[in-house]
Amino acid sequence: MTPHIAIALTVNGEPSEVAFSGYKTLLEVLREDLNLCGTKHGCELGECGACAVLLDGQPVLSCLVLGVDCDGRTVTTVEGLAADGRLHPLQETFADLGAAQCGYCTPAFLVTAKALLDEHPHPTRDQIKDALSGCLCRCTGYQQIFEAVEAAIAQESAR
Amino acid sequence: MSLPKTRIIGAPRRRVDGRAKVTGQTKFADDIMLPRMVHCKLLRSTSPHARITSIDTSRARAHPGVHLVLTGKDFPIAYGILPVSQDEHALAIERVRFVGDPVAAVVARDELTAFEALDLIDVVYEPLRTFSGPADSLAHAEPRIHEYGDAGNVHKLVSLAFGDVEQAFGDADRVFEDTFFYEGNTHLPIEQHAAVAALDPDGKLVLWSSTQTPHYVHRALAKALTLPAAHIRVIATPNGGGFGGKSDPFNHEVVVAKAALLLDRPVKICLTREEVFYCHRGRHPVLMRFKTGVKHDGTITGMHVKTILDGGAYGSYGVASTFYTGALQTVTYHIPAYQFQGCRVFTNKPPCGPKRGHGTPQSRFGQEIQLDKISEALAIDPADLRLRIVERPETLTANYLHVGTIGLSECIRHVTAASDWTNTFRRLPFGRGVGLACSSYLSGAGLAIYWNDMPHSGVQLKLDRSGGVTAFCGATEIGQGSDDVLVACVAEVLGIEPIDIRAITGDTDLTPVDLGSYSSRVTLMMGNAAIQAAERARELLAAAMSKKLAVPKDRLVFAERRVFDAGNSDAGVSFAEAVCLAEATFGTIGTTGSYTPPRSAARFKGGGVGPSPTYSYTAAVVEVEVDSTTGWIHVPRVWIAHDIGRALNPALVRGQVEGSVYMALGEALMEEQVFRRLPPRLSHALVHRFPSMLEYKSPTTLDMPQVFTELIENPDPRGPFGAKEVGQGPLLPVMPAVANAVYDAVGVRIDEVPITPEKILKALDAKAAGKPGRVGPTRFPEVAWPDPLQVPPPWEGGDGTARKS
Repeated sequence: MTPHIAIALTVNGEPSEVAFSGYKTLLEVLREDLNLCGTKHGCELGECGACAVLLDGQPVLSCLVLGVDCDGRTVTTVEGLAADGRLHPLQETFADLGAAQCGYCTPAFLVTAKALLDEHPHPTRDQIKDALSGCLCRCTGYQQIFEAVEAAIAQESAR
Repeated sequence: MSLPKTRIIGAPRRRVDGRAKVTGQTKFADDIMLPRMVHCKLLRSTSPHARITSIDTSRARAHPGVHLVLTGKDFPIAYGILPVSQDEHALAIERVRFVGDPVAAVVARDELTAFEALDLIDVVYEPLRTFSGPADSLAHAEPRIHEYGDAGNVHKLVSLAFGDVEQAFGDADRVFEDTFFYEGNTHLPIEQHAAVAALDPDGKLVLWSSTQTPHYVHRALAKALTLPAAHIRVIATPNGGGFGGKSDPFNHEVVVAKAALLLDRPVKICLTREEVFYCHRGRHPVLMRFKTGVKHDGTITGMHVKTILDGGAYGSYGVASTFYTGALQTVTYHIPAYQFQGCRVFTNKPPCGPKRGHGTPQSRFGQEIQLDKISEALAIDPADLRLRIVERPETLTANYLHVGTIGLSECIRHVTAASDWTNTFRRLPFGRGVGLACSSYLSGAGLAIYWNDMPHSGVQLKLDRSGGVTAFCGATEIGQGSDDVLVACVAEVLGIEPIDIRAITGDTDLTPVDLGSYSSRVTLMMGNAAIQAAERARELLAAAMSKKLAVPKDRLVFAERRVFDAGNSDAGVSFAEAVCLAEATFGTIGTTGSYTPPRSAARFKGGGVGPSPTYSYTAAVVEVEVDSTTGWIHVPRVWIAHDIGRALNPALVRGQVEGSVYMALGEALMEEQVFRRLPPRLSHALVHRFPSMLEYKSPTTLDMPQVFTELIENPDPRGPFGAKEVGQGPLLPVMPAVANAVYDAVGVRIDEVPITPEKILKALDAKAAGKPGRVGPTRFPEVAWPDPLQVPPPWEGGDGTARKS
C-alpha cells in the first residue's frame, strides 16, 4: 500500500482532517476520502472542466490539484453552496430554467459561476461565457445556463 | 390553435429531479461506494486485427492486491444488442478486432493496483491484415473480421425498391446526382461509463450501470452468464449524458458482473476517457449518393439513395443503422417512387452504432444539400420548393411508413419569417450567408429490438393512504427528463402535484419493462402508459367518490389535490381521503398501464426499421460568417422551429432543441472520430487519432450561437396530451443548413462534414482556378448489390408486401 499522508483543510466551511495515499488528486480525496461525490469527473486530465471546485475562492480543476497541496486551504464544492437550509440563488435558477439536464457537469458550472459572481456581481453575457468556457456541457447548448446565471443575478439584485 | 386546458402539462416547470441535480445529490454509477468494494480495469488490444497466440496472466495474478484476473476463456458465450449480430464477447476469444478491444480484466483492491497489474499481463499477437475503411473491406473478402455477414467483410446489404425509379427519372424534367460524405463522430458524454456489480443478501446479482437500456443489459447478462434472468437485477443509474452511446450491453458490464459472482464482493469499473472513445457506438461514417428526378416546378418524381457505412469492428445496432440511412427520406417530402441500397462493412475500428438521430443525419445531410442545389437550378426559393413538396399528413409513404400530423410547413414559415429569409437569402454581402434545411424523426421505433407482441412500456402506480403516489416504470433517466414526463402525466390526470409523486425508474426488479431511452420513444410510449395507469386509478377513486357524494362519476373533478363535484366545488374531499375511500371500497389501490405501438403497414423484409407511431418535424435557418482569407466559419445565429405536437414541459423541450443545435454544430464544424496508421517502425497499427477531449474538438460556451427556438404545437392524437418527440429530430436539419449557408456566403459547396476552414479554402482556391468550387467525394465504389426487393407503393395497389419474384 502507498503510505498515507494527513492534511487539515476547510471544506464547505467546516474544518476537516483527512488521510490518504499521497498520489491522490483533490478530486479523488473529495470523492473517495471525504465522501463528497457531488464533484464529478469526465477525463481526469484537465480537459472537460467537470471537476471544478473552488480552492480559496478560485475555480480550479480538482483533477489537476494534488491533495497534499491543499493543507490549510479552503475548498468549496457543490455540497457547500446551499446555506442556512436554503439553496444558493444559482442552484434555484439552474433547477428552474433547465440549466441542468443530465446534471453531470452542473456542479462545475455552479461553482464556477459562483466564483464569477463573487468577483463581478453584474457580469455581461460575454463575461459569463468567458468565465464558463472551461466547462463542457454536452446536453444544454449552454443557452439556458447563461440565462440561469443572469436570472440568479437579477434575483440577488432584487433582494 | 388553442390547446386543451391542463394544469401541469404545458407550463415551464422545474423538473422533478432538478433539486438533486443542483445539489450534487444525483447518484451516478461511479458515485456508488459499497463496503468491501474492489476495482476492475480492462487490458485492451494494442493491435487492430490479430490472432491472440498466448495470454500469460501469472505475473498479474501474483501481484499484491490483485484478487482476480479474467480472460476470454471465462466468457465463452457471445452477446450483442441485436438478435442478428450476437458477435461480442466480454473479453476477446482468440481474436482482437480493433485497438481498444478488451482482452483481459484485473480486479484489485484499488484502481492503481489494477492498473499496475495490467502491465504484467503478457499477450502475444499474430497480426492479421488491417481493414481501415470500406474500400479495403469491399476489395478483400479475407481474412474475414467476422465469420458471419452477407459476404466477406460486408456485414449487411440492403436493396429495396418501392415503385419504378428508372421510369420516374424518365418522367422527370431534370435529374440530379450528387455524392456526399458524412464523417463519423462520437457522443462524448461528460460522464465516463461506469458500473458496479454486487451480490444481494440472497446471493443474486445486482448491476448498477450508466446504461440507457437496462432491459437489454438484463437480457444480455442472462445470456452471457447463463443465469436465470429472474436472478439478475439491473439498475440504470441516472446517465451523465447518453446520446445513444450507452445503449449497447458493454464488455465492462459483463466483466464486473462475472467478477462479483466469483468474488462475492462488490466490483466497480469506471472507464477512462480514452476507453470511452473505444466503446464508441457513435455516428457511422457514411458515403452516399443521391439521384433525384424533379419536374420544373420542383415536384419530386423519384429518388434513388445508395449508402455505404463504415461499421467498425462489431455489429452493434449496425443492421438497423443501415436501414435508417434509407428509411426517412420519404417522411418529409412526397416521393412517389423510391429505391434504397445500403451496405455496411466491418473494419478494424471501434464499433459504430446509434448516435442521436441514428443513421438518419447522414442521409438527411445529403438530401437537404441536394434540395438546395435543385432549388438553385430550378430558380425556386429553397423554402418555397420545400413548401411545395411537404408530405401530406395522415398518409402512407412509398415505403409504407404511416405519418401522423405534419407541422413542417408551419416550421418552415416560422423560421423564414423569424430570420427575415426573403431579405437575407442570396442578398447578404460576400462572406455572410443563410441556409435552410428540414427534417423529421421517429417518436419511438415501432418495433422492439427483439420482435415480440408485448407492450413497449409499462407503468405501475401505487396509491397510498397518505395521498402520495408512487409511479414505477422501467424508463431510464439520461438527462432528457423522462422521470419528469412520468410524474407530470400522472399528476395531471390525478389532480395532484409533481412533488406528491415518487418516481421509481430503470430497475428491472422493481419496475415494469420499458425498452429504454433510445429512438426518442420514452415520452410517447411511457407517457401513454402513464396516462392509462393514472386514468384507471382515477376511475377507482371516482367510483368510490361518486357513491359517497351521490354525484355521477363524470361530474367529478380531480384538481388541486382534491376530488370534488364540478357543480359544487365545496362538495368534495382531499385526494388522500379519496384514496382512503377507494381503498375501503376496493382494497389496496394499484393500477397498471401499458403501451404497444400500432401494427406497421410495412410487411416486407426490412420493413421493421422506420415505422413509428408518429413523426416529429423540424426546420432550421443557420446564419454563417465565413472569412474567405482564413476559411474560418462563425455561426452567430440559428432559428429553429420544431413540430412537437405538444410541449409537456417547455423548459425541458427547449433544452432538447438547443442541445440538439449545439451537438449538430459540433458535427457540422469540428467533431470527427478519425484514425491514423502508426509509422511502420512502430507497430503500424490503426489507432484513434485523438482519443482525448482536448483534441476531439467540441463546441464550448464561446462557440455557441444565439438560438431562437419556436415550438409548433399541434397536438397529435397518438401522443400523450398530443406530444411527439424532441430529443433527436432538432439535430438533423442543422448540419445541412450550415452547408447551405456556407454556399450562400461564399459560393462553394462543402459536401461533407466536418466543414472546416481548410476545406473552405480548398474550395475557394479551386473556384478561383476555374474548377468547381466544391470539396466532397466524387466516386462511389462498386458494390455487388443483390436484386432489389420489389415492394409496390400504396398508390400502385401494393399491400405492404414484396412482389414475389
